[in-house]
Amino acid sequence: MKPNYKTVNQPRRKKDAMSLLLGKPVYLDDIGPKDCLVVKVVRSPHAHALIQAVDAREALAVPGIVGIYTYEDVPQKRFTNAGQTAPEPSPHDRLILDRRMRFVGDAAAIVAGETEESVEEAMKALKITYQVLEPVLDLHSAKDNPVLVHPEENWRSLCPVGADNRRNLCAAETCEEGDVEGVFADCEEIVEGTWRTQACQQAMMETFRTYTEIDHYGRLHVVSSTQIVFHTRRILANALDIPKSKIHVEKPRIGGGFGAKQTVVAEIYPAFVTWTTGRPAKMIYSRKECQIAGSPRHEMEVKVRLGAMKDGTIRALDVYTLSNTGAYGEHGPTTVGLSGHKSIPLYTNGLEAFRFAYDVVYTNVQAAGAYRGYGATQGIFAVESAVNELAERLHMDPVALREKNMVRQGQVMPAYYHETASACALDRCMARCKELFHWEEKYPVREMGGGKVRTAGVAMAMQGSGISGVDVGSATVKLNDEGFYNLAIGAADMGTGCDTILAQILAECMDCDLEDVTVFGADSDASPYDSGSYASSTTYVTGKAVEKACEQLKENLCKIAAELLECDENEVAFAGREVRRLDGTGSVTLAQLAEKSMCGNTVPVQITYTHSSPVSPPPFMVGMAEIEVDRETGGVELLNYTAVVDCGTPINPNLARVQTEGGLVQGIGMALYEGVTYDSKGQIQENTFMQYRIPTRLDIGKLQVEFAPSYEESGPFGAKSIGEIVINTPAPALAHAIYRATGVWHHRLPITPEKILLGEDGR
Amino acid sequence: MEIQLTLNGKTIQDSVSPDTLLIDLVRRHGCLSVKRGCETSNCGLCTVLLDGAPVLSCSLLAGRANGRVVTTLEGLQEEAADFVGFIADQGAEQCGFCNPGFVMNTLALLRENPNPTDQEIRSYLAGNLCRCSGYEGQLRGIRAYLDSRKPREAEQ
Repeated sequence: MKPNYKTVNQPRRKKDAMSLLLGKPVYLDDIGPKDCLVVKVVRSPHAHALIQAVDAREALAVPGIVGIYTYEDVPQKRFTNAGQTAPEPSPHDRLILDRRMRFVGDAAAIVAGETEESVEEAMKALKITYQVLEPVLDLHSAKDNPVLVHPEENWRSLCPVGADNRRNLCAAETCEEGDVEGVFADCEEIVEGTWRTQACQQAMMETFRTYTEIDHYGRLHVVSSTQIVFHTRRILANALDIPKSKIHVEKPRIGGGFGAKQTVVAEIYPAFVTWTTGRPAKMIYSRKECQIAGSPRHEMEVKVRLGAMKDGTIRALDVYTLSNTGAYGEHGPTTVGLSGHKSIPLYTNGLEAFRFAYDVVYTNVQAAGAYRGYGATQGIFAVESAVNELAERLHMDPVALREKNMVRQGQVMPAYYHETASACALDRCMARCKELFHWEEKYPVREMGGGKVRTAGVAMAMQGSGISGVDVGSATVKLNDEGFYNLAIGAADMGTGCDTILAQILAECMDCDLEDVTVFGADSDASPYDSGSYASSTTYVTGKAVEKACEQLKENLCKIAAELLECDENEVAFAGREVRRLDGTGSVTLAQLAEKSMCGNTVPVQITYTHSSPVSPPPFMVGMAEIEVDRETGGVELLNYTAVVDCGTPINPNLARVQTEGGLVQGIGMALYEGVTYDSKGQIQENTFMQYRIPTRLDIGKLQVEFAPSYEESGPFGAKSIGEIVINTPAPALAHAIYRATGVWHHRLPITPEKILLGEDGR
Repeated sequence: MEIQLTLNGKTIQDSVSPDTLLIDLVRRHGCLSVKRGCETSNCGLCTVLLDGAPVLSCSLLAGRANGRVVTTLEGLQEEAADFVGFIADQGAEQCGFCNPGFVMNTLALLRENPNPTDQEIRSYLAGNLCRCSGYEGQLRGIRAYLDSRKPREAEQ
């Protein structure tokens, strides 16, 4: 039975919506002082080179130039830019500036000056001589290549992830369960293939940007468009080799992140300049820099072997992923894990054995990072495509095939760290999606005349809700004068609306209006600790912290009320705007309690609760795509995309819906045209939005989104997560539909009209 | 060069270089709603009205605005407030960084064509990129706004 919530599960406006829509100055470049130094980076034109000489005389003579810095000016202790809980699984393989250039766009020098114009002039005048070296550009030849991306002695891997810089390995692992080869030998059908997913840019509308200054205590004050204020503090301290206590990080409103801002991409440069010169500084990444020196999705090649019976029972899955982390290892060891651990468990029902192995290699291309989906997107494309190939081979309806094999509520998922699918409505997602989409009508191939053909494809997906046993979310809830509440968090609202979602949870718990809650975050000095907003963690992990903090606060308010009502605290009950005596003989209002809390009071009306979850309950979903392919041009028109999602209880159905629609459209871009490619010298071809085309509103057809909620007991009000899963179905569903229309399985993304027309996928 | 223009109803004078872009001029004069999302005229974030017509301020030299009327979202707060509430009711503002350009271009559309079809809305706003929302919520919001105006129009 659905509980009757007042604020939770309601489509409330985001608290900051009107400010954002009316263009108020709330972003980094709107709020920084006008007189700060402009910081820019001179970037390597070579994929692999050593700096031989730097002649900065002419550049330094440019009026307004304050400093030019190279590898000789920075601390020599390596660190990682990856925003992860320490000790970071990502190797410590970076310096602020290095002598070795590892990709086209790697930082060769930092230039700081009074104006944009002076800095740009100095960048042109700076003479750097490079010794050009042979690069490793292809992920296949990277492992054990004689050319090493990180030959340095002080490269360090802090965790046992199988990394070895002498082999160009950022991580490697194998795990298996059951008699894999035995089960395969007994299978009647084996589908085998290799799928390749490309690097994609998050392309958030606000580029990377940071402002830094020395505050009145002599500390480094960093204001940055970041998802991770606490990790940023640690990373900057590591990079600058100064105590963490010397750094204070906060974020303003963020113009989108999608994982990009889970890596310290821009912060390090102005931070170094301010720490060195004592002067305020800012760095605003250009779009071109975002494209060539950002933090895109890991390119992966996923080999899948799937063993099944003629009746469609899937019995064994063997997945091997080769991931390209590029020049640095940010998120390299962790993203790859999801390619197996969040694809294989979808087929838990009849699965008797699985194997999952991977290598993550260094190459001389742009370093990859965290992007929504975080490896699951790549693995799900491969496994879901293999399942669709099985269905076609067996002449089975791919929906029926999935219904036979999909994970069901209550099942233990061996490939998902033996966690139980405690709340799983994947079966209902499929049933509803099929109905909503009119699968029976849309799936058959329909000739429309003029060389046009219509048909459909399907895929399922899962993700996690936070990193089990690692992510920490905290909330501070405080009662104030007149009875309003402050909520302080360290999670970062990057547009998702988590400030509002967490306030809704507070309002539901404290039985108050959403307007009675103010939200503050995120600030490394003032917020309670939070790992940050990533890994689909905020609603599930931090949301639970809010709920628990409210429980404790209510207990304390009852104590104060009992004192005022001159009774025992067991004789009163919290009732939203007041605390009442159970016998009906009296009550005190919240405003009275707030007033009392400020006079002769020793019971805290501010509670901080810290939560972490030993499990990461997966959200599940189904996506179906209907397309029209023009056989004459290879063009694909997306007519309709229907998705039904089980994110547990949607705390704010509007925001959950828009997350879903936004994620679907990013997934559609990835499937059909987005991609980072390199020329033979390692230069990125798509360095602007002119070449790197993201979907416009003319490209997406009709989107239909519904929810099939389950109830996750360990989440706040039954919630799981929504942020990442929604990007995972378009690539396999569209590849499936394109096969139906053309008879060609495309194993390489993006599936462009050229590839469709040529009837090949570049394998 | 010295230029003079009307910015949100006020006359401003400024000295600009020949290569100063309109976006940088208006931001210098406090119109911080105007955002830069690319350098290649692809994203639409910097949309302002020049003599009432939408233009990309990143692709227009400030000198070209000499003697003309420039309007940014700062100058259309009242006209916008009525409409944008409908976007807020969808949660489709999301990160908000593309909102000012999108709102400016929508207001321009509705001045030109008070009753656009869905396809006309999509076409007119095709140059306004949004990476968060998937566009559908924005369309629902515009549609809800247009529907809300219908009874009022019927009364008139």
